Amino acid sequence: MSNLAPVLEPLTILIAEDSAADLLLLSTIIRRQGHQVLTATHGAQAVEVFTRERPQLVLMDALMPVMDGFEAARRIKQLAGEALVPIIFLTSLRESEALAQCLDAGGDDFLPKPYNPLILAAKINAMDRLRRLQATVLQQRDLIAKHHNYLLHEQRAAKAVFDKVAHSGCINAAPNIRYLQSPYALFNGDLLLAAYTPSGDMHVLLGDFTGHGLPAAVGAMPLAEVFYGMTAKGYGLAQTLREMNAKLKRILPVDMFCCATLMCLSAERRVVEVWNGGMPEGYVHEVATGKRTPLVSRHLPLGVLSAERFNDSTEVWPMALGDRVFLLSDGVLDTADVNDQLFGAERLQQVFAANREPDRLFEDIEQALAAFRGQARDDVSMVEITLQAGEPLRAAEPMYADSGQSCPLDWSVGFEFRAQTLKSYNPLPYLLQLLLEIHGLRKQSGALYSVMAELYSNALEHGVLGLDSGLKLDARGFAEYYHQRNERLAQLSSGYVRVHVQVVPTPTGGKMTLRIDDSGPGFDVEQVLARPLDVNRLSGRGLSLVRQLSSDVRWLDGGRSVCVEFYWEALA
Amino acid sequence: MAEIHLDPDVLSGLQEVMESEYPKLLDTFLDDSQKRVEALRKSRDDAKALGRIAHSFKGSSGNLGAVRLAQLCQRLEVESVGSTADLGALVDQIDHEFALVRPMYESERERFQL
Repeated sequence: MSNLAPVLEPLTILIAEDSAADLLLLSTIIRRQGHQVLTATHGAQAVEVFTRERPQLVLMDALMPVMDGFEAARRIKQLAGEALVPIIFLTSLRESEALAQCLDAGGDDFLPKPYNPLILAAKINAMDRLRRLQATVLQQRDLIAKHHNYLLHEQRAAKAVFDKVAHSGCINAAPNIRYLQSPYALFNGDLLLAAYTPSGDMHVLLGDFTGHGLPAAVGAMPLAEVFYGMTAKGYGLAQTLREMNAKLKRILPVDMFCCATLMCLSAERRVVEVWNGGMPEGYVHEVATGKRTPLVSRHLPLGVLSAERFNDSTEVWPMALGDRVFLLSDGVLDTADVNDQLFGAERLQQVFAANREPDRLFEDIEQALAAFRGQARDDVSMVEITLQAGEPLRAAEPMYADSGQSCPLDWSVGFEFRAQTLKSYNPLPYLLQLLLEIHGLRKQSGALYSVMAELYSNALEHGVLGLDSGLKLDARGFAEYYHQRNERLAQLSSGYVRVHVQVVPTPTGGKMTLRIDDSGPGFDVEQVLARPLDVNRLSGRGLSLVRQLSSDVRWLDGGRSVCVEFYWEALA
Repeated sequence: MAEIHLDPDVLSGLQEVMESEYPKLLDTFLDDSQKRVEALRKSRDDAKALGRIAHSFKGSSGNLGAVRLAQLCQRLEVESVGSTADLGALVDQIDHEFALVRPMYESERERFQL
């Protein structure tokens, strides 16, 4: 049989044929070609032999007693499942209808009688190649499925770890935050974080890393750590942004960065401070007037610029209680319809305009997106925060490493921050850390931070920079105030803010005196204090707050120096 | 057209393929064919059965080079579907043709006495 096509690998072949002479002829030919032969003389026997022996290929006569070849072929194909067991019909059938019947039953080829050994060998080899191809495809499919499962498992594990970090904030706890995110948004590069500052303001970050999958998720971890760490310690947006930018710049490859909006909402001061680097415009929604102020991107994303070129300047907008801030990821605007047309900001504006129930805004947007394109995209992130009063001041809990036995109780320290420092450095987190060495004060850390922050900013803005808080009477004056603040700070060449802390023990615990002096002209203390405590005006709220929160407030030196005291009971 | 009853090329091809199994193939064919001829006779009035037997008989006689026999079986198979023709006459022809080729196969078989 040297003239036959070479056999790749001996196969086990089942021949089902009721004619004894044909069966003998065929099995001899095939055996000579190097294969192992199993025989059956009717269809039922063929199915039985197949079940027992699992041959790799079947030669099947069409017309046989007991069970014909069509039925047997159907059953064998079912038994074979996903694996390809080629069935070659042995037939002298000429009618196309009968041939079609063979194919319907799962036949892969025909061998006409009388048999030609050369053609038979060629057909067996061709079918064997198909069979191997199918086996390879199945194997690779299983391999891909395995890799896919592995990937999902990795993502689940990464997400579990990340959720522990990401959800350490108040994103799920705060009653005034609503958000909508795919559960695996992390792997789309979308990141949403929120946390309270020591003074009860809320910091919120909506970020969007370049890319997808694990590469998009890796940057989220360090970003979240910086966000939570610095927010809890009382750092402002500028320092937090600088740290985030520097960290991402350092660890991410050049083609990776993070578009982000970072904001600070202060119910106490009725403002939102915003920095937007590369994110779509969010909005401040003034509920009373229905006006929506866009929060325009003014910066490059985080992780692009070097520290020297990074711009941390923020914008400040007034907010009334009940006003809302809305942020979104580009998945909303970049949602494309079947013609690759984008949803876009204009359609979003239309949804805003049509929205009647503010609490159903997300649903309205989702509906509009669904109507626009008909299927869900998995990287749509939205968050809306309502400015609410009465959020309790929260102590920054997680950062004490000592047990309290070495708590210092009798000391004083003084700082003088001069013009160059005042321009860019915020000493408050450092001072707070220092004061929290006193265990008795930790319970009051929120109040302490708020008072310190207020007095420091009064000393800087009204004292050193000479700004008039009377400007902040309306929204326009408010913007003007912050404009002047930035301008004067940039030009500042002299002046100082001094901070003096004195800690002394008392019979029942201790007392901390904080004095803040500034180089400004002072103010008419009597007149300012004569004003009633007023929590509804944009200006003057600071002093009301200080007077509510600290045990004692005194102004000295014509308003150039202010002194507050905090007491605590000895710990049991 | 001259009728070919037995194609000698087919037989030499089979001998080459079957080698030592060749006499056994001839025995099997003769035995099998005898049964089929008898079955045809018994089923003279059953067109469906005739068609089925003729189909199988056509296959094996074709494989063994009984060209005329295979042609007759083919006709019977085809005509059994219409069942208007006189199938009995065809069965007789097949019977006759087998009686004709049978000694030819037997003498071929004689060449390989054990």
